[in-house]
Amino acid sequence: MKPSLLLSAWFIARKDLAIEFRTRTAFLAVLVFAVLGIATFYFAWDATAVAAIDLAPGVLWVIFTFSGLLSLQRSFGVELADRAMDALLLAPIDREAIFLGKALANLLFVAGILVVTVPSVALLYNLPLGRTLPILFAIALIAAIGLVAVGTLFSAMAANTRLAELLLPMLSLPFFVPIVYGAAQTTSMLLAGRPVAEAWPFMKILIAFDLVFLTACTLTFPYILEE
Amino acid sequence: MTHVLEADGLTRSFGGRRAVHGVTLELDAGECLALFGPNGAGKTTLLRLLAGLLKPTAGTARINGQLLRGDATARAQVGFISHQSMLYGALTVRENVELAARLYGVREPTAAAAQALSEMRVLDRAESAVRALSRGLQQRVSIARAMVHRPRVLLLDEPYAGLDPLGAATLTEMLARLRGDGATLVLVTHNIAEGLDVATQAAVMHRGRVVRRERREELDVGSYADAYRELVGGVT
Repeated sequence: MKPSLLLSAWFIARKDLAIEFRTRTAFLAVLVFAVLGIATFYFAWDATAVAAIDLAPGVLWVIFTFSGLLSLQRSFGVELADRAMDALLLAPIDREAIFLGKALANLLFVAGILVVTVPSVALLYNLPLGRTLPILFAIALIAAIGLVAVGTLFSAMAANTRLAELLLPMLSLPFFVPIVYGAAQTTSMLLAGRPVAEAWPFMKILIAFDLVFLTACTLTFPYILEE
Repeated sequence: MTHVLEADGLTRSFGGRRAVHGVTLELDAGECLALFGPNGAGKTTLLRLLAGLLKPTAGTARINGQLLRGDATARAQVGFISHQSMLYGALTVRENVELAARLYGVREPTAAAAQALSEMRVLDRAESAVRALSRGLQQRVSIARAMVHRPRVLLLDEPYAGLDPLGAATLTEMLARLRGDGATLVLVTHNIAEGLDVATQAAVMHRGRVVRRERREELDVGSYADAYRELVGGVT
């Protein structure tokens, strides 16, 4: 009997995570990139000109966006080696399940990066996180859903091309703008000690983009697999 | 009458070049078509069309009357072995085959994977990472992966590539058993003797078309290789 959409997606996500856990190369590379990026921003920062609380949200989201892009590059690379993708396409599962599985694995991967980048930024810029930390993580995760949905779709599109490394950021970044903008605004407000209610309109925008991107990318994915 | 595997006017173009041109064939349960042809004749493209991996420019491919593309039930009946392993190098042999079993909804995936690996005589390497195996062993695992859901239609693209004599004999034995159990096979190979060994029909593809097709009992095995060479202009 054909496995359900979510179960098939879980099998694919679990497989991707197992591969990453065994090799660890992509995660380590992205992590090193993120930490080095945060450190570079820190050393280039003139504390007398810009307050930490004004700069940190931008640093966090720039680093997170580019780390995310770097991690998404590898998503379909693993399927191209030895044409493993063919085995997924042959299986009697919905093609949407392939997308959701890949996106879920990417989301968990990106969440792993968040766990390191958020405290790193907080530590270097001496941010008064305190009670805002859980909310900050929640916002980052909400934003990550939209980024990962778009990035996974474009990663699949770019994977078969010679210019994959160039195409993925070129295609993804314009779609990332509203998410990164909303996430950076929310982060700024929370770090400035404003009430969560004030940041709520931006959070609603983030959630709306998540829903739109996740639905649109899931439905579009089967068509980009056509050879 | 509905055939198990049916292609009707299958055509596939890449840009302006027709890789497969108007191929029509039908196979019933227990039949095996050996497909020969020089490099670039369109054999692999035809197999990918039959597997539903490629969208035909024209024509249709059906399994038991169901259009293959977009039909999960039809796809579940197909097994595909390519000269590329379609395996994940970082995963173990068992994980690769079990993943396939789960995606095909096999009831007891762990047991089914063990059974398939045992049939291909690679069960002793179940916990090895695929990338640590030789090309021949990877091919055996790839065959086990394609067989784990007991497909009714098996499409094989150069399955003997990289196999040692034991592996090749195991595969021939398995194909004969599958055919006996009523499975339908399409076998692409350059080795005429190997192909005719298990075939009930033989066909030659050249420049995207099936230029010769006959039943196994109708052909003279001794002179087939010569006739084939003549047909494709001395290219093998």
